[in-house]
Amino acid sequence: MTEEKFDAIVVGAGMSGNAAAYTMASRGLKVLQLERGEYPGSKNVQGAILYANMLETIIPDFRDDAPLERHLVEQRFWLMDDTSHTGMHYRSDDFNEPTPNRYTIVRAQFDKWFSRKVRAAGAIVLCETTVTELALDAAGKVIGVHTDRAGGIIHADVVVLAEGVNGLLGTRAGFRKVPKPEAVALAVKEMHFLPEEVIAERFGLTGDQGCVIEAAGTISRGMTGLGFLYTNKESISLGIGCLVSDFAATLESPYALLDAFKDHPSIRALLAGSEIKEYAAHLIPEGGFKAIPQLFGDGWVVVGDAAQLNNAVHREGSNLAMTSGRIAGEAIAAIRSRKHPMTRENLSLYKAMLDKSFVVKDLRKYKDMPALLHTNSRNFFMTYPRLLSQAAQNFVRVDGTPKIEKERATTAAFIKARSRWGLVSDAVRLALAWR
Amino acid sequence: MRASVVRIEDKLYQNRYMIDAGRPHIKVRPHQSPSPNLLALTVVCPANCYEVNEDGQVEVTADGCMECGTCRVLCEESGDIDWSYPRGGYGVLFKFG
Repeated sequence: MTEEKFDAIVVGAGMSGNAAAYTMASRGLKVLQLERGEYPGSKNVQGAILYANMLETIIPDFRDDAPLERHLVEQRFWLMDDTSHTGMHYRSDDFNEPTPNRYTIVRAQFDKWFSRKVRAAGAIVLCETTVTELALDAAGKVIGVHTDRAGGIIHADVVVLAEGVNGLLGTRAGFRKVPKPEAVALAVKEMHFLPEEVIAERFGLTGDQGCVIEAAGTISRGMTGLGFLYTNKESISLGIGCLVSDFAATLESPYALLDAFKDHPSIRALLAGSEIKEYAAHLIPEGGFKAIPQLFGDGWVVVGDAAQLNNAVHREGSNLAMTSGRIAGEAIAAIRSRKHPMTRENLSLYKAMLDKSFVVKDLRKYKDMPALLHTNSRNFFMTYPRLLSQAAQNFVRVDGTPKIEKERATTAAFIKARSRWGLVSDAVRLALAWR
Repeated sequence: MRASVVRIEDKLYQNRYMIDAGRPHIKVRPHQSPSPNLLALTVVCPANCYEVNEDGQVEVTADGCMECGTCRVLCEESGDIDWSYPRGGYGVLFKFG
Protein backbone atom coordinates (compact mmCIF):
# COMPACT_ATOMS: atom_id res chain seq x y z
CA MET A 1 0.00 0.00 0.00
CA THR A 2 2.69 2.48 0.98
CA GLU A 3 4.55 1.87 -2.28
CA GLU A 4 1.55 3.08 -4.20
CA LYS A 5 0.87 6.74 -4.85
CA PHE A 6 -2.63 7.96 -5.46
CA ASP A 7 -3.84 10.91 -7.47
CA ALA A 8 -6.13 11.76 -4.57
CA ILE A 9 -7.02 10.52 -1.11
CA VAL A 10 -10.49 11.30 0.20
CA VAL A 11 -10.88 11.23 3.98
CA GLY A 12 -14.45 10.28 4.89
CA ALA A 13 -17.33 8.51 3.15
CA GLY A 14 -20.21 10.86 3.88
CA MET A 15 -22.04 12.95 1.30
CA SER A 16 -19.16 15.26 0.42
CA GLY A 17 -16.50 12.52 0.42
CA ASN A 18 -18.56 10.20 -1.74
CA ALA A 19 -19.35 13.00 -4.17
CA ALA A 20 -15.67 13.94 -4.42
CA ALA A 21 -14.45 10.35 -4.76
CA TYR A 22 -17.09 9.51 -7.36
CA THR A 23 -16.39 12.64 -9.39
CA MET A 24 -12.63 12.04 -9.49
CA ALA A 25 -12.77 8.26 -10.03
CA SER A 26 -15.24 8.61 -12.88
CA ARG A 27 -12.82 11.06 -14.52
CA GLY A 28 -10.10 8.44 -14.43
CA LEU A 29 -8.18 9.55 -11.34
CA LYS A 30 -6.63 6.95 -9.08
CA VAL A 31 -8.58 7.54 -5.86
CA LEU A 32 -8.27 6.07 -2.37
CA GLN A 33 -11.11 6.77 0.04
CA LEU A 34 -10.60 6.13 3.75
CA GLU A 35 -13.50 5.69 6.18
CA ARG A 36 -13.19 5.02 9.89
CA GLY A 37 -16.58 3.31 10.23
CA GLU A 38 -17.24 -0.39 9.76
CA TYR A 39 -19.12 0.50 6.58
CA PRO A 40 -19.82 3.83 4.86
CA GLY A 41 -22.65 5.49 6.79
CA SER A 42 -21.99 3.83 10.14
CA LYS A 43 -20.71 7.14 11.58
CA ASN A 44 -23.06 9.43 9.71
CA VAL A 45 -26.21 11.04 11.06
CA GLN A 46 -28.74 13.19 9.23
CA GLY A 47 -32.51 13.94 9.48
CA ALA A 48 -32.62 13.14 6.59
CA ILE A 49 -33.86 14.87 3.46
CA LEU A 50 -32.18 14.30 0.11
CA TYR A 51 -32.38 17.04 -2.49
CA ALA A 52 -32.62 15.29 -5.83
CA ASN A 53 -31.21 18.00 -8.04
CA MET A 54 -27.73 18.00 -6.51
CA LEU A 55 -27.43 14.21 -6.63
CA GLU A 56 -28.80 14.15 -10.18
CA THR A 57 -25.91 16.35 -11.27
CA ILE A 58 -23.55 13.63 -10.02
CA ILE A 59 -25.53 10.43 -10.69
CA PRO A 60 -28.34 11.25 -13.16
CA ASP A 61 -30.11 7.87 -12.89
CA PHE A 62 -29.90 7.58 -9.07
CA ARG A 63 -33.64 6.91 -8.81
CA ASP A 64 -33.15 3.51 -10.44
CA ASP A 65 -31.53 1.90 -7.42
CA ALA A 66 -30.90 4.40 -4.60
CA PRO A 67 -32.64 3.51 -1.31
CA LEU A 68 -35.18 6.35 -1.15
CA GLU A 69 -37.85 6.37 1.54
CA ARG A 70 -40.64 8.77 0.54
CA HIS A 71 -40.89 11.69 -1.87
CA LEU A 72 -42.14 14.78 -0.08
CA VAL A 73 -45.54 16.19 -0.94
CA GLU A 74 -46.17 18.13 2.25
CA GLN A 75 -44.12 20.49 4.39
CA ARG A 76 -45.41 21.74 7.72
CA PHE A 77 -43.81 24.67 9.55
CA TRP A 78 -44.96 24.91 13.14
CA LEU A 79 -44.52 27.51 15.84
CA MET A 80 -45.16 25.74 19.11
CA ASP A 81 -45.94 26.78 22.64
CA ASP A 82 -46.45 24.35 25.50
CA THR A 83 -49.90 23.17 24.46
CA SER A 84 -50.34 24.23 20.84
CA HIS A 85 -48.86 24.64 17.42
CA THR A 86 -49.60 27.38 14.91
CA GLY A 87 -48.82 26.05 11.48
CA MET A 88 -48.19 26.88 7.89
CA HIS A 89 -48.66 23.79 5.76
CA TYR A 90 -47.79 23.47 2.14
CA ARG A 91 -48.99 20.42 0.25
CA SER A 92 -49.15 20.17 -3.49
CA ASP A 93 -50.04 17.50 -6.02
CA ASP A 94 -47.35 19.13 -8.18
CA PHE A 95 -44.81 17.25 -6.05
CA ASN A 96 -46.21 13.96 -7.39
CA GLU A 97 -44.03 14.36 -10.46
CA PRO A 98 -42.04 11.81 -12.49
CA THR A 99 -38.76 13.02 -10.98
CA PRO A 100 -39.58 14.30 -7.50
CA ASN A 101 -37.54 17.07 -5.94
CA ARG A 102 -37.06 15.92 -2.34
CA TYR A 103 -36.97 12.53 -0.64
CA THR A 104 -36.52 11.28 2.88
CA ILE A 105 -33.61 8.86 3.23
CA VAL A 106 -31.98 6.74 5.94
CA ARG A 107 -28.32 7.65 5.86
CA ALA A 108 -26.74 4.32 6.79
CA GLN A 109 -28.54 2.70 3.86
CA PHE A 110 -28.12 5.58 1.46
CA ASP A 111 -24.40 5.94 2.15
CA LYS A 112 -23.80 2.24 1.48
CA TRP A 113 -25.49 2.67 -1.89
CA PHE A 114 -23.47 5.81 -2.70
CA SER A 115 -20.30 3.99 -1.74
CA ARG A 116 -21.10 1.12 -4.13
CA LYS A 117 -21.32 3.74 -6.89
CA VAL A 118 -17.96 5.16 -5.82
CA ARG A 119 -16.37 1.73 -6.03
CA ALA A 120 -18.04 0.99 -9.36
CA ALA A 121 -16.53 4.23 -10.66
CA GLY A 122 -13.09 2.82 -9.84
CA ALA A 123 -12.12 4.23 -6.44
CA ILE A 124 -10.59 2.05 -3.75
CA VAL A 125 -12.64 2.33 -0.55
CA LEU A 126 -11.00 1.25 2.68
CA CYS A 127 -13.22 1.11 5.77
CA GLU A 128 -12.33 0.65 9.46
CA THR A 129 -9.39 2.97 8.85
CA THR A 130 -9.00 6.13 10.90
CA VAL A 131 -6.71 8.73 9.40
CA THR A 132 -4.69 9.94 12.37
CA GLU A 133 -2.63 12.71 10.83
CA LEU A 134 -1.84 14.46 7.59
CA ALA A 135 1.66 13.91 6.23
CA LEU A 136 3.41 17.15 5.31
CA ASP A 137 6.73 17.76 3.59
CA ALA A 138 9.32 20.24 4.84
CA ALA A 139 7.60 23.09 2.98
CA GLY A 140 4.26 22.34 4.62
CA LYS A 141 2.65 20.75 1.58
CA VAL A 142 0.30 17.85 2.28
CA ILE A 143 1.78 14.75 0.65
CA GLY A 144 -0.43 12.06 2.10
CA VAL A 145 -1.87 10.65 5.32
CA HIS A 146 -0.99 8.52 8.33
CA THR A 147 -3.59 5.96 9.39
CA ASP A 148 -4.08 3.67 12.36
CA ARG A 149 -3.27 0.67 10.16
CA ALA A 150 0.21 -0.78 9.95
CA GLY A 151 2.48 0.85 7.38
CA GLY A 152 3.79 4.33 6.86
CA ILE A 153 2.53 7.29 4.91
CA ILE A 154 0.05 6.72 2.11
CA HIS A 155 1.04 9.20 -0.57
CA ALA A 156 -1.22 11.26 -2.83
CA ASP A 157 -0.98 14.43 -4.91
CA VAL A 158 -3.94 15.89 -3.08
CA VAL A 159 -6.00 15.08 0.02
CA VAL A 160 -9.71 15.91 0.09
CA LEU A 161 -10.75 16.49 3.69
CA ALA A 162 -14.34 15.27 3.85
CA GLU A 163 -13.98 14.48 7.52
CA GLY A 164 -17.24 15.91 8.79
CA VAL A 165 -18.11 18.51 11.39
CA ASN A 166 -15.47 17.18 13.81
CA GLY A 167 -12.68 17.36 11.27
CA LEU A 168 -9.70 16.61 13.45
CA LEU A 169 -7.09 16.46 10.69
CA GLY A 170 -7.64 20.00 9.48
CA THR A 171 -7.69 21.47 12.98
CA ARG A 172 -4.63 19.49 14.09
CA ALA A 173 -2.74 20.69 11.03
CA GLY A 174 -3.75 24.28 11.85
CA PHE A 175 -5.80 24.74 8.66
CA ARG A 176 -8.87 25.77 10.65
CA LYS A 177 -10.04 26.15 14.22
CA VAL A 178 -12.36 23.93 16.21
CA PRO A 179 -15.88 25.32 15.62
CA LYS A 180 -17.07 27.73 18.30
CA PRO A 181 -19.94 26.49 20.54
CA GLU A 182 -22.19 29.18 19.05
CA ALA A 183 -21.41 27.99 15.51
CA VAL A 184 -22.64 24.40 15.92
CA ALA A 185 -25.93 22.87 17.01
CA LEU A 186 -26.23 19.59 18.85
CA ALA A 187 -29.08 17.55 17.41
CA VAL A 188 -30.45 14.40 19.02
CA LYS A 189 -32.71 12.08 17.12
CA GLU A 190 -34.66 8.85 17.47
CA MET A 191 -35.89 6.39 14.88
CA HIS A 192 -39.49 5.46 15.59
CA PHE A 193 -40.76 2.43 13.71
CA LEU A 194 -44.41 2.08 12.72
CA PRO A 195 -46.18 0.02 10.06
CA GLU A 196 -46.15 1.70 6.64
CA GLU A 197 -49.96 1.93 6.52
CA VAL A 198 -50.12 3.59 9.95
CA ILE A 199 -47.74 6.33 8.79
CA ALA A 200 -49.76 6.72 5.58
CA GLU A 201 -53.00 7.07 7.51
CA ARG A 202 -51.69 9.50 10.15
CA PHE A 203 -50.28 11.89 7.59
CA GLY A 204 -52.79 11.34 4.78
CA LEU A 205 -50.25 9.82 2.42
CA THR A 206 -50.56 7.27 -0.38
CA GLY A 207 -47.84 5.18 -1.98
CA ASP A 208 -44.41 6.60 -1.32
CA GLN A 209 -45.62 10.13 -0.54
CA GLY A 210 -44.01 11.75 2.48
CA CYS A 211 -44.56 14.61 4.89
CA VAL A 212 -42.15 16.58 7.07
CA ILE A 213 -42.71 18.85 10.03
CA GLU A 214 -40.23 21.46 11.16
CA ALA A 215 -41.01 23.18 14.43
CA ALA A 216 -39.68 26.01 16.54
CA GLY A 217 -40.88 27.51 19.78
CA THR A 218 -40.95 26.73 23.45
CA ILE A 219 -39.81 23.17 22.65
CA SER A 220 -36.25 24.57 22.66
CA ARG A 221 -36.85 26.32 26.02
CA GLY A 222 -35.48 29.66 24.85
CA MET A 223 -32.47 28.19 23.08
CA THR A 224 -31.87 28.74 19.36
CA GLY A 225 -33.14 25.48 17.98
CA LEU A 226 -35.46 23.49 15.79
CA GLY A 227 -37.43 20.29 16.11
CA PHE A 228 -38.21 18.02 13.19
CA LEU A 229 -40.31 15.03 12.23
CA TYR A 230 -39.64 13.26 8.93
CA THR A 231 -41.69 10.37 7.59
CA ASN A 232 -39.72 7.45 6.18
CA LYS A 233 -41.32 4.36 4.67
CA GLU A 234 -41.68 2.40 7.90
CA SER A 235 -40.26 4.80 10.42
CA ILE A 236 -40.38 8.37 11.63
CA SER A 237 -37.19 10.32 12.33
CA LEU A 238 -37.84 12.63 15.24
CA GLY A 239 -35.26 15.03 16.55
CA ILE A 240 -34.41 18.39 18.02
CA GLY A 241 -31.27 20.48 17.80
CA CYS A 242 -30.05 23.61 19.60
CA LEU A 243 -26.82 25.59 19.64
CA VAL A 244 -24.12 24.02 21.80
CA SER A 245 -23.45 27.42 23.42
CA ASP A 246 -27.11 27.57 24.48
CA PHE A 247 -26.98 24.07 25.95
CA ALA A 248 -23.89 25.03 27.92
CA ALA A 249 -25.44 28.28 29.16
CA THR A 250 -28.84 26.86 30.13
CA LEU A 251 -27.67 23.40 31.22
CA GLU A 252 -30.60 21.76 29.49
CA SER A 253 -30.32 18.03 28.93
CA PRO A 254 -30.55 17.14 25.23
CA TYR A 255 -32.38 13.88 25.74
CA ALA A 256 -34.82 15.40 28.24
CA LEU A 257 -35.53 18.04 25.58
CA LEU A 258 -36.14 15.31 23.01
CA ASP A 259 -38.46 13.43 25.33
CA ALA A 260 -40.42 16.59 26.12
CA PHE A 261 -40.78 17.26 22.38
CA LYS A 262 -42.06 13.68 21.89
CA ASP A 263 -44.51 14.24 24.71
CA HIS A 264 -45.93 17.47 23.26
CA PRO A 265 -49.66 17.00 22.59
CA SER A 266 -49.18 17.92 18.92
CA ILE A 267 -46.47 15.27 18.43
CA ARG A 268 -47.47 12.49 20.82
CA ALA A 269 -50.38 11.20 18.75
CA LEU A 270 -48.27 11.05 15.60
CA LEU A 271 -45.81 8.67 17.26
CA ALA A 272 -48.25 6.59 19.32
CA GLY A 273 -47.36 2.90 19.42
CA SER A 274 -43.97 3.30 17.76
CA GLU A 275 -40.94 1.16 18.51
CA ILE A 276 -37.70 3.09 18.98
CA LYS A 277 -34.71 1.40 17.38
CA GLU A 278 -31.94 3.98 17.54
CA TYR A 279 -30.88 7.11 19.39
CA ALA A 280 -28.31 9.31 17.67
CA ALA A 281 -26.54 12.60 18.31
CA HIS A 282 -24.64 14.78 15.90
CA LEU A 283 -23.34 18.32 15.47
CA ILE A 284 -24.66 20.56 12.71
CA PRO A 285 -22.61 23.53 11.45
CA GLU A 286 -24.68 26.67 12.02
CA GLY A 287 -22.17 29.48 11.67
CA GLY A 288 -23.04 30.18 8.05
CA PHE A 289 -20.98 32.31 5.68
CA LYS A 290 -18.87 33.95 8.37
CA ALA A 291 -17.76 30.57 9.75
CA ILE A 292 -16.41 29.21 6.44
CA PRO A 293 -12.72 28.46 6.99
CA GLN A 294 -9.81 28.44 4.54
CA LEU A 295 -10.98 25.96 1.89
CA PHE A 296 -7.72 24.97 0.17
CA GLY A 297 -3.98 24.88 0.58
CA ASP A 298 -0.89 23.13 -0.73
CA GLY A 299 -2.02 19.60 -1.43
CA TRP A 300 -5.42 19.80 0.26
CA VAL A 301 -9.00 20.99 0.02
CA VAL A 302 -11.82 20.79 2.57
CA VAL A 303 -15.46 20.05 1.71
CA GLY A 304 -18.89 19.55 3.32
CA ASP A 305 -19.54 19.86 7.06
CA ALA A 306 -15.81 20.06 7.78
CA ALA A 307 -15.90 23.35 5.87
CA GLN A 308 -19.05 24.45 7.75
CA LEU A 309 -21.01 24.44 4.50
CA ASN A 310 -24.52 24.24 5.90
CA ASN A 311 -27.54 26.47 5.35
CA ALA A 312 -29.24 26.57 8.75
CA VAL A 313 -32.06 28.85 7.62
CA HIS A 314 -33.22 26.42 4.92
CA ARG A 315 -32.08 23.34 6.85
CA GLU A 316 -29.94 22.24 3.94
CA GLY A 317 -26.63 20.53 4.50
CA SER A 318 -26.18 17.32 2.55
CA ASN A 319 -26.79 19.05 -0.77
CA LEU A 320 -24.15 21.65 0.01
CA ALA A 321 -21.84 18.83 1.08
CA MET A 322 -22.48 16.88 -2.10
CA THR A 323 -22.04 19.92 -4.30
CA SER A 324 -18.83 21.04 -2.62
CA GLY A 325 -17.46 17.50 -2.97
CA ARG A 326 -18.37 17.38 -6.63
CA ILE A 327 -16.88 20.81 -7.34
CA ALA A 328 -13.67 19.92 -5.48
CA GLY A 329 -13.47 16.73 -7.56
CA GLU A 330 -14.03 18.63 -10.79
CA ALA A 331 -11.44 21.26 -9.88
CA ILE A 332 -8.83 18.61 -9.03
CA ALA A 333 -9.57 16.69 -12.24
CA ALA A 334 -9.23 19.93 -14.24
CA ILE A 335 -5.88 20.81 -12.64
CA ARG A 336 -4.61 17.28 -13.26
CA SER A 337 -5.72 17.25 -16.89
CA ARG A 338 -3.57 20.36 -17.43
CA LYS A 339 -0.73 18.45 -15.76
CA HIS A 340 -0.42 21.22 -13.17
CA PRO A 341 0.72 20.51 -9.59
CA MET A 342 -1.73 20.51 -6.67
CA THR A 343 -0.45 23.75 -5.20
CA ARG A 344 -2.39 26.22 -3.12
CA GLU A 345 -2.52 28.57 -6.06
CA ASN A 346 -3.90 25.98 -8.46
CA LEU A 347 -6.36 24.54 -5.94
CA SER A 348 -7.87 28.01 -5.47
CA LEU A 349 -9.85 26.96 -8.55
CA TYR A 350 -12.05 24.96 -6.16
CA LYS A 351 -12.99 28.07 -4.19
CA ALA A 352 -13.52 30.10 -7.34
CA MET A 353 -15.92 27.45 -8.64
CA LEU A 354 -17.66 27.10 -5.27
CA ASP A 355 -18.13 30.88 -4.99
CA LYS A 356 -20.08 30.81 -8.25
CA SER A 357 -22.37 27.99 -7.06
CA PHE A 358 -25.54 28.18 -4.96
CA VAL A 359 -23.51 26.91 -1.99
CA VAL A 360 -21.65 30.12 -1.25
CA LYS A 361 -24.31 32.41 -2.77
CA ASP A 362 -26.96 31.04 -0.37
CA LEU A 363 -24.69 31.22 2.66
CA ARG A 364 -23.73 34.80 1.82
CA LYS A 365 -27.42 35.77 1.56
CA TYR A 366 -28.03 34.70 5.17
CA LYS A 367 -24.68 35.79 6.60
CA ASP A 368 -26.30 37.85 9.41
CA MET A 369 -28.98 35.35 10.36
CA PRO A 370 -26.99 33.16 12.81
CA ALA A 371 -26.01 36.17 14.92
CA LEU A 372 -29.55 37.58 14.91
CA LEU A 373 -31.22 34.34 16.01
CA HIS A 374 -28.53 33.70 18.58
CA THR A 375 -28.70 37.09 20.28
CA ASN A 376 -32.52 37.19 20.24
CA SER A 377 -33.23 33.56 20.94
CA ARG A 378 -35.67 34.13 23.80
CA ASN A 379 -37.81 36.48 21.72
CA PHE A 380 -37.84 34.32 18.63
CA PHE A 381 -38.19 30.96 20.34
CA MET A 382 -40.30 31.76 23.43
CA THR A 383 -42.08 35.12 23.24
CA TYR A 384 -43.30 35.15 19.65
CA PRO A 385 -44.53 31.53 19.52
CA ARG A 386 -46.57 32.17 22.68
CA LEU A 387 -47.96 35.45 21.34
CA LEU A 388 -48.87 33.81 18.06
CA SER A 389 -50.62 30.95 19.81
CA GLN A 390 -52.62 33.40 21.97
CA ALA A 391 -53.54 35.44 18.91
CA ALA A 392 -54.68 32.34 16.98
CA GLN A 393 -56.69 31.04 19.92
CA ASN A 394 -58.23 34.44 20.46
CA PHE A 395 -59.24 34.48 16.79
CA VAL A 396 -60.88 31.05 16.70
CA ARG A 397 -62.41 30.80 20.17
CA VAL A 398 -66.04 32.06 20.18
CA ASP A 399 -67.05 33.26 23.62
CA GLY A 400 -69.27 36.30 23.20
CA THR A 401 -66.43 38.83 23.45
CA PRO A 402 -66.91 41.48 20.76
CA LYS A 403 -64.36 41.03 17.94
CA ILE A 404 -63.03 44.55 18.34
CA GLU A 405 -62.08 43.79 21.94
CA LYS A 406 -60.41 40.53 20.91
CA GLU A 407 -58.29 42.36 18.34
CA ARG A 408 -57.32 45.01 20.88
CA ALA A 409 -56.34 42.32 23.37
CA THR A 410 -54.09 40.63 20.78
CA THR A 411 -52.40 43.90 19.83
CA ALA A 412 -51.95 44.81 23.48
CA ALA A 413 -50.36 41.43 24.22
CA PHE A 414 -47.74 41.93 21.47
CA ILE A 415 -46.93 45.46 22.63
CA LYS A 416 -46.75 44.43 26.28
CA ALA A 417 -44.36 41.59 25.49
CA ARG A 418 -41.99 43.41 23.13
CA SER A 419 -42.99 47.15 23.12
CA ARG A 420 -43.80 48.95 19.88
CA TRP A 421 -40.15 49.74 19.30
CA GLY A 422 -39.15 46.14 20.01
CA LEU A 423 -41.66 44.79 17.50
CA VAL A 424 -40.54 47.17 14.77
CA SER A 425 -36.89 46.58 15.52
CA ASP A 426 -37.27 42.77 15.50
CA ALA A 427 -39.11 42.96 12.18
CA VAL A 428 -36.51 45.25 10.62
CA ARG A 429 -33.57 43.16 11.81
CA LEU A 430 -35.19 39.97 10.60
CA ALA A 431 -35.93 41.52 7.23
CA LEU A 432 -32.36 42.80 6.89
CA ALA A 433 -30.85 39.44 7.80
CA TRP A 434 -33.18 37.65 5.37
CA ARG A 435 -32.57 40.06 2.50
CA MET B 1 -44.02 20.92 29.76
CA ARG B 2 -44.37 17.75 31.78
CA ALA B 3 -41.28 16.75 33.69
CA SER B 4 -40.22 13.30 32.60
CA VAL B 5 -37.61 11.05 34.07
CA VAL B 6 -35.41 9.94 31.22
CA ARG B 7 -33.23 6.92 31.52
CA ILE B 8 -30.38 7.45 29.08
CA GLU B 9 -29.36 3.80 29.43
CA ASP B 10 -32.64 2.80 27.79
CA LYS B 11 -31.90 5.03 24.82
CA LEU B 12 -28.28 3.93 24.39
CA TYR B 13 -29.33 0.29 24.70
CA GLN B 14 -30.85 0.58 21.21
CA ASN B 15 -27.50 1.45 19.69
CA ARG B 16 -24.70 -0.75 18.39
CA TYR B 17 -21.18 -0.19 19.68
CA MET B 18 -17.82 -1.83 19.18
CA ILE B 19 -16.00 -0.97 22.41
CA ASP B 20 -12.22 -0.61 22.19
CA ALA B 21 -11.58 -1.94 25.69
CA GLY B 22 -8.83 -0.10 27.54
CA ARG B 23 -8.38 2.53 24.81
CA PRO B 24 -10.85 5.34 25.52
CA HIS B 25 -10.93 7.98 22.77
CA ILE B 26 -11.69 10.77 25.23
CA LYS B 27 -9.61 11.66 28.28
CA VAL B 28 -10.25 14.28 30.95
CA ARG B 29 -7.20 16.25 32.09
CA PRO B 30 -6.52 15.74 35.80
CA HIS B 31 -7.93 18.68 37.76
CA GLN B 32 -8.79 19.81 41.27
CA SER B 33 -12.12 21.41 40.46
CA PRO B 34 -13.78 21.39 37.01
CA SER B 35 -14.13 24.46 34.78
CA PRO B 36 -17.73 25.59 34.08
CA ASN B 37 -17.67 24.05 30.59
CA LEU B 38 -16.29 20.75 31.87
CA LEU B 39 -18.94 20.67 34.55
CA ALA B 40 -21.60 21.47 31.93
CA LEU B 41 -20.72 18.25 30.11
CA THR B 42 -22.27 16.27 32.95
CA VAL B 43 -25.61 17.65 31.73
CA VAL B 44 -25.24 18.45 28.05
CA CYS B 45 -23.46 15.30 26.84
CA PRO B 46 -26.28 13.52 24.97
CA ALA B 47 -24.92 10.10 26.02
CA ASN B 48 -24.35 11.11 29.64
CA CYS B 49 -20.71 10.03 29.43
CA TYR B 50 -19.55 12.60 32.00
CA GLU B 51 -20.09 12.33 35.73
CA VAL B 52 -18.86 14.09 38.84
CA ASN B 53 -17.04 11.71 41.18
CA GLU B 54 -17.15 11.90 44.97
CA ASP B 55 -14.14 14.23 45.01
CA GLY B 56 -15.98 16.73 42.82
CA GLN B 57 -13.92 15.97 39.71
CA VAL B 58 -15.40 15.22 36.31
CA GLU B 59 -14.77 11.75 34.89
CA VAL B 60 -15.60 10.33 31.48
CA THR B 61 -16.76 6.85 30.52
CA ALA B 62 -16.96 6.96 26.76
CA ASP B 63 -18.57 3.56 26.12
CA GLY B 64 -21.93 5.06 25.12
CA CYS B 65 -20.37 7.95 23.19
CA MET B 66 -22.04 8.76 19.86
CA GLU B 67 -19.00 10.76 18.72
CA CYS B 68 -21.04 13.94 18.27
CA GLY B 69 -18.22 16.25 19.37
CA THR B 70 -20.18 18.47 21.77
CA CYS B 71 -17.55 17.99 24.49
CA ARG B 72 -14.79 18.66 21.99
CA VAL B 73 -16.35 21.98 20.97
CA LEU B 74 -16.78 23.03 24.60
CA CYS B 75 -13.62 21.70 26.21
CA GLU B 76 -10.83 20.82 23.76
CA GLU B 77 -9.43 24.29 23.22
CA SER B 78 -9.10 24.91 26.97
CA GLY B 79 -7.28 21.60 27.35
CA ASP B 80 -9.91 20.23 29.72
CA ILE B 81 -10.23 17.14 27.55
CA ASP B 82 -8.32 15.22 24.88
CA TRP B 83 -10.58 14.13 22.04
CA SER B 84 -9.72 11.70 19.26
CA TYR B 85 -11.68 9.43 17.00
CA PRO B 86 -11.83 5.78 18.07
CA ARG B 87 -9.63 3.40 16.11
CA GLY B 88 -11.04 2.33 12.75
CA GLY B 89 -14.08 0.10 13.13
CA TYR B 90 -14.58 0.90 16.83
CA GLY B 91 -17.06 3.17 18.56
CA VAL B 92 -20.69 3.74 17.68
CA LEU B 93 -22.05 1.98 14.58
CA PHE B 94 -25.26 3.59 13.44
CA LYS B 95 -27.76 1.19 11.90
CA PHE B 96 -29.87 4.02 10.50
CA GLY B 97 -28.05 7.28 11.19
